[in-house]
Amino acid sequence: MPSLTDVMTADADLARAPGIRTMAAKGAAPSDAFVDWLCRMGDNCLVLGHRVSEWCGHSPVLEEDIALANTALDLIGQTQLWLGLAGEVEGKGRTADNLAYLRDAAQFRNVLLVERPNGDFGQTLMRQFLFDAWHMEMLRALQASSDKRVAEIAAKAAKEVAYHLERSADLVIRLGDGTEESRARMQKALNLLWPYTGELFLGDAVDQAMVEAGIAPAPESLKAAWDRTVAEVLAEATLVKPEGTFQHKGGKQGRHTEALGFILADMQFLQRAYPGGTW
Amino acid sequence: MSSAVLPDIQMVRDWLAQVPDPEIPVISLTDLGIIRDVEWQDDTLVVTVTPTYSGCPATSVINLDIEAALRAKGIQKLRLERQLSPPWTTDWITAEGREKLRAYGIAPPVDGTAADGRLAGRIARLAGTSNLVIACPRCGSTRTEKVSQFGSTPCKASYRCTDCLEPFDYFKCI
Repeated sequence: MPSLTDVMTADADLARAPGIRTMAAKGAAPSDAFVDWLCRMGDNCLVLGHRVSEWCGHSPVLEEDIALANTALDLIGQTQLWLGLAGEVEGKGRTADNLAYLRDAAQFRNVLLVERPNGDFGQTLMRQFLFDAWHMEMLRALQASSDKRVAEIAAKAAKEVAYHLERSADLVIRLGDGTEESRARMQKALNLLWPYTGELFLGDAVDQAMVEAGIAPAPESLKAAWDRTVAEVLAEATLVKPEGTFQHKGGKQGRHTEALGFILADMQFLQRAYPGGTW
Repeated sequence: MSSAVLPDIQMVRDWLAQVPDPEIPVISLTDLGIIRDVEWQDDTLVVTVTPTYSGCPATSVINLDIEAALRAKGIQKLRLERQLSPPWTTDWITAEGREKLRAYGIAPPVDGTAADGRLAGRIARLAGTSNLVIACPRCGSTRTEKVSQFGSTPCKASYRCTDCLEPFDYFKCI
């Protein structure tokens, strides 16, 4: 994973991190809900950043390898900001490192979309595009957050994500409106990933608490803009929006697919085997 | 400091102007525009730094370099603070910094052309109405093409000159 020099800061307390508290969505006090919500933002970036970094050294061409690594780097950097704030709001001395390396799958709050396996290059790009289109709208809205820290992180991240979206949209169009083979692969990727997009717009008690506090927008409110971006790009890419309405859910509440366990086994191994290890 | 007189802020800024960026050592931290504030709080020197990209691996190296440089000048009480807002923009790279970049072979940013996440920008580019004209830092030709949005570091894109055929980095706007 790139940028570990930043993530792996010396932290003598890493091994003695307080026990993991279950963050119940239902009936959570506002500060608990806030921590939970910050973990959702951070975990989306962390898990997708890790997934994208798996391409490092394996991409079809050098330029794409570099672009993917750069995207992963941005996402890991954003993870530090979101999870760092989550630890600060929680007030129990947990750092971004503690949260990233010492929680189990059931404590992760990312949407299922970002833990989907990379598949081929097309599937990786389609996942990126569907996420970027949501991420951009979310960050745009968060710049008006009542919490100054959230607004500042969003303003910083939005500049980076604008480039992510530009790139992923460009490539979805080029590969969709490309050869017969590339088009077939992009359509297959879209069909496969579509049922994982609904969760992005599904609100729960945590989201409701954030809306009431003026911290974050209701997830449902981002849907119209996302639909417009996706429709425009898919049309240009000559791809067809899938008909089905079934949508997976649960990641935001900690109910994950088995894919996340494998990611964590890889990502957390060092801190689990050698607690507090630094370099 | 052992003496009662603390170095004045301009002197500290001059020292920081000698600290090179770890990734692009031809420009200094002040050229890059990431030193947001320098002030004395009682006898503690507080340097406020803003990150370029949130995941830039150079960030921690930059902090170490600042500390090492100021310690070498005899500063004993020092605190580095991170400031996220307003987020860093390439508009803050100084005119001198831009010239140094160009001389080094990196095309400096064209202000006001940052991606904003709106598809209109992409459409303008495809239609050839984009205002983004990048001159080759070697031969000066404006007949250049983008190879990749992301270059050797997050802050750069890869370009190629179609006249002199040189590949080069463009310090993209953010």
